[in-house]
Amino acid sequence: MICRAKHSPVFWLFLSPVLLAFVLVIVVPFFMGAYFSFTDWSSSAANQGGLNYVGVVNYQKSLVDPKFLTSFIVTSVYTVTNMLAVNVVAFGLALLVSSQIKGRNIYRAGFFIPNLIGGLVLGFVWQFIFNKAVPYLGPLLGLPALANPDNFLLNITTFGNSFAIGGLLSLVIVGTWQSAGYIMMIYLAAIQSVPVELHEAAQIDGAGPGLRLWKITVPMVAQAFTVTTFLTLINSFKQYDVNVSLTQGGPSVMINDQAVAGTQLLAKNIYDTAFTGTNNMAQGQARSVIFFFVLVIISIVQVTVSKKREVEL
Amino acid sequence: MKSRFRVGTWGLEIFTALIFLAVLLPFYIVVVSSSKSALEITTNPLGLPADWNNLWINISSIWNNDNIHYQSSFIATVIVTAVSLMLINVLAAQAAWVLVRTKTKLSSFIFLLFVASMVIPFQIVMLPLVSWFKTLYDFTGVKLLREYAGVFLAYVGFGSAFSLFMFHGFIKGIPLELEEAAQIDGCSQFSTFYRVVFPILKPIHATVAILNGIWIWNDYLLPLLLLGKGNRLMTVPLAVANFAGSYVKQWDLIMTAILMAMVPVVVAFLLAQKYIVKGMVAGSIK
Repeated sequence: MICRAKHSPVFWLFLSPVLLAFVLVIVVPFFMGAYFSFTDWSSSAANQGGLNYVGVVNYQKSLVDPKFLTSFIVTSVYTVTNMLAVNVVAFGLALLVSSQIKGRNIYRAGFFIPNLIGGLVLGFVWQFIFNKAVPYLGPLLGLPALANPDNFLLNITTFGNSFAIGGLLSLVIVGTWQSAGYIMMIYLAAIQSVPVELHEAAQIDGAGPGLRLWKITVPMVAQAFTVTTFLTLINSFKQYDVNVSLTQGGPSVMINDQAVAGTQLLAKNIYDTAFTGTNNMAQGQARSVIFFFVLVIISIVQVTVSKKREVEL
Repeated sequence: MKSRFRVGTWGLEIFTALIFLAVLLPFYIVVVSSSKSALEITTNPLGLPADWNNLWINISSIWNNDNIHYQSSFIATVIVTAVSLMLINVLAAQAAWVLVRTKTKLSSFIFLLFVASMVIPFQIVMLPLVSWFKTLYDFTGVKLLREYAGVFLAYVGFGSAFSLFMFHGFIKGIPLELEEAAQIDGCSQFSTFYRVVFPILKPIHATVAILNGIWIWNDYLLPLLLLGKGNRLMTVPLAVANFAGSYVKQWDLIMTAILMAMVPVVVAFLLAQKYIVKGMVAGSIK
């Protein structure tokens, strides 16, 4: 070992393929993108003569565009709601499948299965459920109002037509259905690692199930909360596939007398800005840079806050 | 006291079973809808199909329809997923091993760089990536857009950070004595890894492959940018989006296409279940 060079040829041989791929698809595009966001980059034909530096115009335009701002608000509401819904459901499911009920292994696998299905395909399944199955089922359950698909979930708006609450709720329903089983697995592992003796001792002291849950299980799985809230926050914020197939950004809402897509999440807004209509790649890229920084800030704040809470407990 | 406890567990069991059925209800809807005709699906969207044979009729009409390109997309998705997984599993494992076993500042810096890159969303690199692949083609003549090669490269690039992280954690737990013994016996570093370490990694290989497999099989945005919708080379999510996104919705056939997209992942999950659950949780708690 002593005679050998610090980094053996095998070190570079084994590392170079992933490093090369990493540089080619992440590092180079990352810096190219940062530069492109300050140019007039658009569809390739228009840029034959090369890119022109335009300063922060793309950022300025993005920040005053009602479509982008609406999508920011909608994404924030969706992210927070979805994070809460997924974690509450997942924690509940984890409690159920960690109890002594029969067939708990089948339940564990079953609750996880929705997570295997891609968001794009899933959106179409749920579109069928919301638009076809529910209107059919409504009258049979004595709710004739549900029979008209136009009245149902996907199309409901509120606050004077300025907020697409139905479409957003449906995105949350599908998001929760898809990822609760995954998050459940993480809670389950944490719950199972709580020593049985703690529960037994508390039981002898006369603590009921509710008190034990609140005073033993919840604090003991605090570390899992850090991970699960982090994962659900980030994944909700990046949601794209379900958005494309379930709501397509609709229905339209009115913001300052202008029709704006009511359920267009940020990831979809970036893509649509870059490719649809005006084909404004530079502005799409500027929005993705903003998106990236918000994501980094959320990650840092979330981890700091949860770590602090973990230590206190 | 005892009887109340019994009632309690009974209640819990019925409650869990009901939730279980509700969670699986969308799958029931996909299966029964795939077995209905276009007319039947509007008159009876929820009940059992009149004739299960419709399932085979629907499958063959999806599979053989020249406008949907399902057959070629399905084969392409199998190729993309299989090759990308093999590449990621081999390349990330060997990279993780040298990073664990080489204790230098550079080595830890590279590892940190990979871990940090996991926060980079696909959105910030996706637009320049397409333009960069075009530039690469102009300069080197290597065609990466609308080709398998570009997709493989992209999946290795985007998948290696997470996979390397998983392998890194696992390899740290392997005792060094094993490798020292192999080297005393005359194994080179290369054969130490491939003959001694690689076989030990089997459980973590399974976990990494399944988690990446779920992602790659279902991925929509990356193939959309690198392959494009409606081109010669498409993946299943692209084909489904193309077909199901059209204005007139043929729900019976859409559901059949969806069912066929679901089956491979669900089967793979049920076969490798224990690895996934164990490995996934281990990776996330650390």
